[in-house]
Amino acid sequence: MRKLSWFNTVTLSLGFAFLYLPILILIIFSFNESKLVTVWSGFSVKWYGELFKNEAFLEAAWVTLRVGIISSTLATVLGTMAAFVLVRAGKFLGRTLFSGMIYAPLVMPEVITGLSLLLLFISIGVDRGLMTIILAHATFSMCYVCVVVSSRMSQFDESLDEAALDLGCTRLDAFFSVTLPIIAPAVISGWLLSFTLSLDDLVIASFTAGPSATTLPMQIFSSVKLGVSPEINALSTILIGLVTLGVISASLSTKRVKTRKNLH
Amino acid sequence: MQMNWPRKLLIGIPFLWLLALFLVPFLIILKISLSDPVLAIPPYSPRLDLSNGFEGIITFFSELDFENYIFLSEDSLYWKAYISSIKISAIATFFTLMIGFPLAYAMSNASENWRTPLLMLIILPFWTSFLIRIYSWMGILSNTGLINQLLLWMGVISEPIIILNTNTAVYIGIVYTYLPFMVLPIYATLDRLDGSLLEAAQDLGCTRFSAFWLVTLRLAKPGIAAGCFLVFIPVIGEFVIPSLLGGSRTLMIGKVLWDEFFANRDWPIASAVAVFLLLILLIPIVLFQRNEEKQREHER
Amino acid sequence: MNHTKPLTPHHFAPWQDGTSKPLISFSNVSKTYGDFSAIDNVDLKIYPKEFFALLGPSGCGKTTLMRMLAGFEEASTGTIEIDGHNMKGVPANKRPVNMMFQSYALFPHLSVADNLAFGLKRSKMPKSEIDGRVEEMLRLVQLTKFAKRKPHQLSGGQKQRVALARALAKSPKLLLLDEPLGALDKKLRQETQFELVDIQEKTETTFVIVTHDQEEAMTMATRIAVMDHGKLMQVGTPDEIYEAPNSTYIADFIGDISIISGHVQDIENERATIIWDESQTPIRGSFERNVTKGTQAHFAIRPEKIQISKTEPSQGYNKIFGQVEDIAYTGNMSTYFVRLPNQKLITSQMVNDRRISQRSITWEDHVWLSWHDEAGIILAK
Repeated sequence: MRKLSWFNTVTLSLGFAFLYLPILILIIFSFNESKLVTVWSGFSVKWYGELFKNEAFLEAAWVTLRVGIISSTLATVLGTMAAFVLVRAGKFLGRTLFSGMIYAPLVMPEVITGLSLLLLFISIGVDRGLMTIILAHATFSMCYVCVVVSSRMSQFDESLDEAALDLGCTRLDAFFSVTLPIIAPAVISGWLLSFTLSLDDLVIASFTAGPSATTLPMQIFSSVKLGVSPEINALSTILIGLVTLGVISASLSTKRVKTRKNLH
Repeated sequence: MQMNWPRKLLIGIPFLWLLALFLVPFLIILKISLSDPVLAIPPYSPRLDLSNGFEGIITFFSELDFENYIFLSEDSLYWKAYISSIKISAIATFFTLMIGFPLAYAMSNASENWRTPLLMLIILPFWTSFLIRIYSWMGILSNTGLINQLLLWMGVISEPIIILNTNTAVYIGIVYTYLPFMVLPIYATLDRLDGSLLEAAQDLGCTRFSAFWLVTLRLAKPGIAAGCFLVFIPVIGEFVIPSLLGGSRTLMIGKVLWDEFFANRDWPIASAVAVFLLLILLIPIVLFQRNEEKQREHER
Repeated sequence: MNHTKPLTPHHFAPWQDGTSKPLISFSNVSKTYGDFSAIDNVDLKIYPKEFFALLGPSGCGKTTLMRMLAGFEEASTGTIEIDGHNMKGVPANKRPVNMMFQSYALFPHLSVADNLAFGLKRSKMPKSEIDGRVEEMLRLVQLTKFAKRKPHQLSGGQKQRVALARALAKSPKLLLLDEPLGALDKKLRQETQFELVDIQEKTETTFVIVTHDQEEAMTMATRIAVMDHGKLMQVGTPDEIYEAPNSTYIADFIGDISIISGHVQDIENERATIIWDESQTPIRGSFERNVTKGTQAHFAIRPEKIQISKTEPSQGYNKIFGQVEDIAYTGNMSTYFVRLPNQKLITSQMVNDRRISQRSITWEDHVWLSWHDEAGIILAK
């Protein structure tokens, strides 16, 4: 095992300080007594209290949660199907177009995706709201799910599927009893990825939301435009806490599976 | 294999979904970018009227023109915005590389036990909100922010320097939020690098530095290229960073498009801006994909 | 080698008996992918309880032929029957056939017992009987203690046995084995060969095995089909293939062999005589039926059938002289590489029944090689 040189140690310390200090500062100041975000005047949790009284934020959080859950579930189903098509379906008419449409949204600027979807919804006369945000999020998230799942699928030994057929499964039965359990980790991380993407999205939601629905990022954006506020710090701290908790528990559970495997 | 029903459904459902919600919307943008703005809802003309049959289609096409694109090229605001976006993106990509490469290099040199947690720490910010991460800098960079407080307290400056709402703040924001995109692909190539190659180079007479220059850096090239594209491409269309950290003089095309649409309600111009933005992005995207393919071939 | 061969009664040769009903029959089966012909007009019958080996280099079509039986590939033309039923359009899950995959294809998320029960649960077997059958299969492959383990907790040999047991659990009429020993190391491979033959006899299942290892095929199979470029080159028992190859390709593919090409001078009394070098005596020997007088032919002979001596044998033919170029000593055997005056290299193999110091032939020695009439075979191509 190599020892880190002083250069590498300094680089790592500075690099991670750069990545994490801003977030740390934000969290610290969410407990600040003063309305002035940048001047410390004492510990308090009053901004959390304020936050839970703010109905606009609560409403937006509820919208975001619903959009996130529904759109990432849709995206996971569609993205897994698309991964199957890319990895297993072989040649078919329009395959190049299909894979192009999977990869293009990954690099498409959000402003363009948002604008194009908005123009679509208007030209077919759909009322914008929760539904249109869900459709938009599901569309770009399915591409991410497809990438995650298809990379797992391409490592998948196809003879496992053939073995299932050989032992009497129908194709559908083989999918649910063999393929799905094996690719499940990728499908789950695809769902989580979609969910965070949806939770995070401001631009596409702003285009497709219409006046009737406001998501949390939209709400944060409009209040942040007016300047820094301790309430937003409190909200950010809660969101960061939830994500950290999720990531840590996910990594612990995979670690537990690994150690369990090693024990035997 | 035959085209049986389950197979048709498997291909058809995601295919139609993407056609309807990705390709068709894009064609609509293209079409509107060729239309004229009018004061109506929706605020553009012509609209495709199929009730007149074939003649309707002909009149529809004959009324489309490139007026918006001509306008785009005549008004210096737009092409200045495009050039400024490319410039900001290129400079920010350079800074991200300068910070990201040493970080990835140090990570790949860490001991086995450390690498996984370090990788986790790089990925973790991915999962936390983009918006919040940019917001966190607003408090740090503002006139009464932490940096100014610190510098004033140390006596380096006598009155606050303005960082927030300048291009400097935009660069800091971009480097901060896009750093993982740079570190991960570079780390991936460095991690795969066979340590005995460096030993071989030194055995053959290289100094440690020239071995790094001649071997490590050359072999990390695909990762560096991938990282640069992953930062450069999305930053060109970036909206949130310039609108929160940038000032009135920060000109970026994503923000122009947003304002054109939401503030001016000029849909045809907004669409033309979008189409032209995509044309600009096409070149780096194609280059990026070629780089990825080359890398994939190497792995075989 | 003979002791590992299935201990079937001597008369087990249904392919010679005109009245036996084949279990599998391929008639004029071809398979093409675009211009490429993977299987070229194959006619083949395989009989119940046979241990049949498909042997050939990679890409020869043996795996495709097997996958056609399993139902993963359709024939482009021709018909495949299993037990008298045409298999056209019958999907893999409806065939009385099970397969043991080269990668074993054990389901990683299921325990050994669940892997074995997987196929049974999908048949009409009542739940109560499944457990009994799983027990029985675990005993057959001696894995009772490992029933609860997951595949990744097993050794290579154990995985191989689970794969075998899983494929046999449904008592298929036909078991297909795709390179079943390919992933095992050499020692384990030899042990497992016995086990496979043993299990085949116990279960009385017809086995069709795909392999590129000729020794494996020779050891286990009742009959071997040698394939090349999608064609069946020869089908026969291991000794037929070894002793009476029908072409130099087969002769060369199975074991070591020296080949001498010449001109057929005469055919009489079941013997052909070929002239091949002015300075050497003619070769006389038994011949394959396509050999005709006045044409080109090839004499093939195994190294262990050639005697080597320093004195000239008395017989008037089937002897050649040359010079020892190299000797390979492998303990129980010595192989002599003898260079003929026409530069051809012939190998002769002798069992070392004396100590090395007492052997008289050494490098650079001028020697005579000789054999009797039945030792080799004369082939047309």
